[in-house]
This record gives sequence, structure tokens and C-alpha cells, in this order.
Amino acid sequence: MPTAIATRWVEACAADEIDEEDVIRFDEGGRTFAIYRSPDDAYFATDGLCTHEKVHLADGLVMDNIIECPKHNGRFDYTTGKAKGAPVCVDLKTYPVRVEDGKVLIGLD
Amino acid sequence: MTAQDFSADYQKRDYSLVGFETQRAIERGLATAKWYRCPIGRKELKELMRRSDGPALRDTAIWFGALALSGFGGWYFWGSWASVPFFLVYGVLYGSASDSRWHECGHRTAFKTTWMNDVVYAIACFMILREPTVWRWSHTRHHTDTIIVGRDPEIAVPRPPDILGLILNIFALKSAWSLAKKLALHVQDKLDPEEATFIPEMERPKVFREARIMAAIFIGVAVWCVAIGSILPAMFIGLPSIYGGFMTIFFGLTQHAGLDEDVLDHRLNSRTIYMNPVFRFLYLNMNYHVEHHMFPMVPYHALPRLHEAIKDDCPTPYANCWEAYREIIPALLRQRREPGWYVKRQLPSHVAPLDVSAAGAAAAE
Repeated sequence: MPTAIATRWVEACAADEIDEEDVIRFDEGGRTFAIYRSPDDAYFATDGLCTHEKVHLADGLVMDNIIECPKHNGRFDYTTGKAKGAPVCVDLKTYPVRVEDGKVLIGLD
Repeated sequence: MTAQDFSADYQKRDYSLVGFETQRAIERGLATAKWYRCPIGRKELKELMRRSDGPALRDTAIWFGALALSGFGGWYFWGSWASVPFFLVYGVLYGSASDSRWHECGHRTAFKTTWMNDVVYAIACFMILREPTVWRWSHTRHHTDTIIVGRDPEIAVPRPPDILGLILNIFALKSAWSLAKKLALHVQDKLDPEEATFIPEMERPKVFREARIMAAIFIGVAVWCVAIGSILPAMFIGLPSIYGGFMTIFFGLTQHAGLDEDVLDHRLNSRTIYMNPVFRFLYLNMNYHVEHHMFPMVPYHALPRLHEAIKDDCPTPYANCWEAYREIIPALLRQRREPGWYVKRQLPSHVAPLDVSAAGAAAAE
């Protein structure tokens, strides 16, 4: 029987702190995350470091639903975490996000 | 700029990726380290990073159009001296302009649309005698560990410089021989030990498949030539990489040759050179090489603007290729005698290079 893992909701930033089609870094409990705002004003969260060489994705470029790593131009779909081809081969972990009272909350395990 | 003489305590370096220098680079914190980046605001950088298909569609149309026109002239005048200038132009467009095209499309920054980058990347790789997947990973490592001995597979001029090899590469002879050896290995589903250090397992079937396709094309062209008793087909496919490759080394040497090794600051191991518009078209603005290495997600057409934004934090650019080569040629000749010697780029007085030990510590954290 699978064990249910409680989600802990953590306030990451104010919703308007992120420009449309952009990303910011959020550090919590020794971990680093990337929080995205898509062109259609939806919010997403992934692990903050590229799975290729651990570079901060928050320094990268958001294009539609893609985040491009600033070091080697590796691309992920930040809505699903899917790696989109070399040099990134391992998917990004994603986290649930909700917006409440103008704050972006991410759900951590 | 000034020079330092380290020849007194110089020890012969091992540039392979499987030698003692590889472990040494890791232990010194030089592998996958944190590099210096000139300060630039996020908004400005985002604007510079913005992708567009327009400039690359225009430049690719001009490139293919010029290839078609010069190729037609070469074919039309084939058998007379009048074909020579046409093949000269065709060769440079094929064997030299392809260098910057594979490079930019390999970064997937030339076009906004991914498949356009990938199609031009494959074509340009073939023209420049580079296997696409091998070079995608090789270049990834070059950007991680730029001119770090034991880590970077793309150090064009290891010390002491191989002057004969450089001369042979004016006509891509050394690189063509290297490709032939690698292809022979890859078509048998094998990698050499150095390639195995930077090409992940899951990408290797692609390497072997591409090698077979490349080899089949070269064999097909050779058979065609024999069948019709003329080298004309090879003048269009294959040989232009040789007879038109001289601008590749002319541009390529300016990037890092003669400069420092094992520094975590692209301002010290790369050159930015002002070039004329024709060269910049052929080379797709890679003359802004410090800028490209520091911010590889900025597309080639935005590099001049990036240069303006960070130039006060960088060494004075070279005024032209002449000025660069007045430094490079004597430097390489001197490094033949004194391999520890290098050209030290002068940073603006208000900035200091990133401290290697601090960066290594940061990378290790």
C-alpha cells in the first residue's frame, strides 16, 4: 500500500515578483528551486539546478513553456520537467504550485 | 598587454582527457567550476537573450544562395581557370562559414525554432567534417571547462604548439585525418577513450549511426567520381572542406591561442576582436568570443550589443585581425621554445580576475 506523503506548502515569493515569461530562484531548507511565470500567467516550480551540471536555472531563459540552462543551453519543459534533448538527458523534478492572496506557494514533500 | 615568463618552472603538460592532468584539474577545483561573469542586469540580459528566427533565416538564405550561385559558376566554367574564383568562394562558404553555423546552431541560439537549428547544425557539421553528436558533447565540455588542461577536448593549440599541424590545418588536413580515424572507429560501434569521458552512454548509438551516414556519403561521392571519371562531384561535396577550410583556422586561432590556461575567467583565455562585416557574416559574430563564452545563451546577432554592455569590464578588444595575429604568431613561436609562456590579457584597472582557489572552493561546495 503506497504511503501518502504530506505536502508542505511554503511561501516562495510574491506573485508579481516574477515577470511574465520569466523565472526566479527560491532557496529553502538548503535546497534551491526555480519558480516560473508562464506567458499565460500560470506559475510552476522545479528543482533549481540543471540536471546536467548543476547550474542555476534561474539565470536562464524562459521561452513559452521552456527553460533554457544558461551554461550549455540545455532545455526543459518546466511545466512537466521533461528534458528536451542533449545535453540534458535527465528530467527535472517539478513541484505543485498555488497562488493565494498574491503569494506563490510551492508544495514540498 | 604584458607577458609573463613561467618557463623556468614549466612542466610538460598532458592535454589528454584521460591523463594525470584530468584528476589534477578536478583536485584544483578547475573542473565544472564557477566562472567570472561581468555584471549585467537581468532585464538587459533577458533582452539580449531573446530569440528570433529572422536574422538566422536571412543569413542562412544568403549563405545557401551564395553557395548555389558560386557552385553554379564553378560547374559552368569547369575545365577552365575561370572556375577557380567560383570554387574559391564556394569552398570558403562550405568549408569555413560552416564552422560558425554548426557552432551557433549547436548552441540552439541561431534560430528560435529548434528544428531549424538542428537541420542547419547537421548540414554544417557535415561540411566542417564534424560528427554532430560527438561535437555537441565535445563543445559542451569546452564550455564547462574552457582551456582547462586535462578537461577541455577543444584546446586548439596545446603547448608547445604543433606548428606543422597548424600549417596542415590551413587545408583541414589534420582535422580531416582525425575525422577519418574517428569515423573508422565509430562505424564499428567504438569510441576512443577520451570521447567516452564526455559522451554519455545513451547518446552513443546516435554517434555510431551518424558515422555510418557520413561514411556512406563520402563513399558515395567517391564512387560517383570514379564512375564518371571526374572529381567534379567531390568539388561540391567533401573536397570543399579541404580547399575552402583556410578561414576556419584563420578565425579559430584568434579565439584562445597563445593565451592563458587553467583560469576561470574568459577575459583571460579568450579574445574579442573587431572584424569587418564580411568576416562577421562568415564567422557569425564569434569574434565577440569573450562575450560568447561568458553568456552562451545570447544569440550571435545580439553579441555586438552584449559587447557594448560589458566592454568596460573587459580587456581592450583587438582592433582587427592584423593586431590579433601580430600577437598570436610571435606568441606561438615563442611557446615552441618556452611552453610556459603566455600572453597575459590586461583587465581594466578597476576589476580583478576571479580567484581560482575561491572559485574551486565554491565549485566544490
